[in-house]
Amino acid sequence: MVNRPHGGRLVNRVVKGRRKEALLEEALEIPRISISYERVIDLLDIAHGAFSPLEGFLVQEDYLHVLHDMRLHDDTPWTIPIILDVDPDEIVGLKEGDDIALFYDDKPIALMKIEEVYGWDKKIHSQLVYKTTDVNHPGVAKTMERKELLIGGRIDLLNDPPNRFSDIVLWPIETRVLFREKGWRTIAAFQTRNVPHRGHEYVQKAALTFTDGLLIHPLLGWKKKGDYKDEVIIRAYKALIEHYYPKNVVVLTGLMMNMHYAGPREAIHHAIVRKNFGATHFIVGRDHAGVGNYYGPYEAWELFNEFPDLGITPLFIREAFYCRKCGGMVTEKTCPHTDQDRLKISGTRIRAMLRKGEIPPEHMMRPEVAKVIIEFENPFVE
Amino acid sequence: MSEKIKIEISKEVYEKAVKLAEEAGFPSVEALIEFLIEEASESTEGEEISKEDEEKIKERLRDLGYI
Repeated sequence: MVNRPHGGRLVNRVVKGRRKEALLEEALEIPRISISYERVIDLLDIAHGAFSPLEGFLVQEDYLHVLHDMRLHDDTPWTIPIILDVDPDEIVGLKEGDDIALFYDDKPIALMKIEEVYGWDKKIHSQLVYKTTDVNHPGVAKTMERKELLIGGRIDLLNDPPNRFSDIVLWPIETRVLFREKGWRTIAAFQTRNVPHRGHEYVQKAALTFTDGLLIHPLLGWKKKGDYKDEVIIRAYKALIEHYYPKNVVVLTGLMMNMHYAGPREAIHHAIVRKNFGATHFIVGRDHAGVGNYYGPYEAWELFNEFPDLGITPLFIREAFYCRKCGGMVTEKTCPHTDQDRLKISGTRIRAMLRKGEIPPEHMMRPEVAKVIIEFENPFVE
Repeated sequence: MSEKIKIEISKEVYEKAVKLAEEAGFPSVEALIEFLIEEASESTEGEEISKEDEEKIKERLRDLGYI
């Protein structure tokens, strides 16, 4: 059956109808704070239930629990702090209990009740979330750029901002209805911020051998320089599915969510979010949500042992490669041969070839996928 | 946190639950039982959606080619 929401209830903080009209008027009259597009994405994830059971940005008690224990104050697993940062001069005259309007691009997006304003230590935050304070880590660099204070409190979403991916984005309540319509009882979710190569295809199909359906769920949102652009990832997956997947077992939908590059902690976060979308299983790959050499290749797998109450089953599938003797895609666990017969799939090499407009070898990437990617003038985030 | 109530189960089952909770890393038997019951609950539980909204969602899913 479609999985239960994390924390037991799917959060819905989207205001509709007459209440929305009234609150939109109120938003123009009360103090306002302008927020970045990244915080807008957090807001959307909270309001549409992707971050259930969160109903707003973390208050200090939950923030500290998440930071130190990887759980909310009531012991619910939660590993990535979802926080709203402000400068002191933005909240002059405001106090706990006040309502504020959150604006993006000069338009009201949400209302928020200030439950708490508190300070934070970015170095401690970085060390605990990213396991480093090295500013070369993209998550640490982002943290250091953030403002000095945090505001915690519930939000009410008034407007979804314009989204060029609206025809590919589904929210949790929509995927839940969809999975039930399809009659899927078990669903494996695959998180990605990359275009698909043969290794990805292998792990997805390995999961599909024992689940009813596969949710391919690329992140749409802030990514670091050099990552594939969102539209490239979507087009590449569409090509893969069209040519190599049975139609009724796969759902491709984009997830508006920020990438943190927090490795093991973020792997747990990704699993929790997919549980809210109804997934029962979550594929955890090599160096999941990692960057550089900050995390061990299978460190995320170990962290899952600390969360027996996660409520979604992690699928640990080793990195796949092509073996000449086996004559197909295999893993360390399924292939007895040596490196001499193994052709490793190198994301760096694929990237370099695509950058030059070349089609990578077929054991690395399907030609239909590669062709779609090289049609883009620049497929990478600048 | 919601209100807690007491239930009675046989000693044998309780002892099995203690062992299971320890093995699976649950902090208490209560946490194990709550987890297992939630897992076995109907999948629509926790979703607040009207029939009308569900129909709208299905219409959108059809328009987008998902169903």
